[in-house]
Amino acid sequence: MEYILIIISAIFVNNVVLAKFLGICPFIGVSNKVSTSIGMTGAVAFVMVIASLVTYFIQKLLKSYQIEFMQTITFILVIASLVQMVELVLKKVSPSLYQALGIFLPLITTNCTVLGVAILAVSNPDYGALETAVFALANALGYGVALIVFAGLREQLELAEVPQAMEGVPIAFITAGILAMAFMGFSGLV
Amino acid sequence: MSKLQILTKGILKENPALVLILGMCPTLGVTTSATNGLGMGLATTFVILLSNVVISLIKNLIPNNVHIPAYIVVIASIVTILQQLMEAYMPSLFNALGLFIPLIVVNCIVLGRAEAFASKNNVIDSALDGLGMGYGFTLALTVLGAIREILGSGSIFGFNFLHSDGIIGFVLAPGAFLVLGLLIAGAKILTKKIYKKD
Repeated sequence: MEYILIIISAIFVNNVVLAKFLGICPFIGVSNKVSTSIGMTGAVAFVMVIASLVTYFIQKLLKSYQIEFMQTITFILVIASLVQMVELVLKKVSPSLYQALGIFLPLITTNCTVLGVAILAVSNPDYGALETAVFALANALGYGVALIVFAGLREQLELAEVPQAMEGVPIAFITAGILAMAFMGFSGLV
Repeated sequence: MSKLQILTKGILKENPALVLILGMCPTLGVTTSATNGLGMGLATTFVILLSNVVISLIKNLIPNNVHIPAYIVVIASIVTILQQLMEAYMPSLFNALGLFIPLIVVNCIVLGRAEAFASKNNVIDSALDGLGMGYGFTLALTVLGAIREILGSGSIFGFNFLHSDGIIGFVLAPGAFLVLGLLIAGAKILTKKIYKKD
């Protein structure tokens, strides 16, 4: 039950993009097509779960030495090297998956959802290792839902006639605003 | 490019938030009030300025293969210093900005300026560039925060002038997207008008 609550809360109520404003750059940049959005979601989910679990144990280590102020610097280093490692391993083990996720992997280091979710997970004292993994996966799914729905909207939007000044990014933000309004309907669910 | 041009291009022509569309997460996330926008902008300016100076000083010492990780370490150290300073001297702002302070590390403006400018120019120009980009970002965040605060809670910089509730949607998530979308469109029109002659 507890896990279901974490999942519903992360996907709908506290959606990582539309309520917490994390990962907006790829949300606006990559979400032109549904297919690329699915690829990006896969890559984010993969890295986010591993990164959150690794940072969970690192936080324990930092705490035991009482150097929690090193959190930011260690986490970003871990995530950056993790992305490199995942890239290398995937290339060797599963070339087809590497082909599918390839171009998105290097982009993930600067995707603030990964660092953001890792920090959010370790700052919640109730979360153990399993809860952290579920929380990370649920957030990645929430990210995917927002990205894919938004990509679908933008594919339709390309056919619409938009005032010249609003073309491109501005209309994307207005669309995201309306989407965020729709997601606000879920608030109070959990 | 003259020194003045480097210093002023961040205001409109290359405004990081409104024209280059960088650093969107803090832009949307913390601008529920003008004060928060200003605070976030100044915090980011501090980081860009220092990271530009440090990186332009050490640019010749870093082997080319590892320059991105090295830049990230420099930026993360500066952010950690900022985090400690803010927690000690501005605890209320520190709590209001929350998660977005450590996330300055992954703000693409900081790494972007390091890579695009500080790694190629001398210290003085890099400092001016950091300062220019920083206050361009601060300007955009303060304006966005002010609009959302006026419409959403009927006050400005915490000073309440409308003694009733505002339109709550502007303080919540949808208002951030809507106001930013309109601001970017406005910046586009303004840029076109001013730089048409060039």
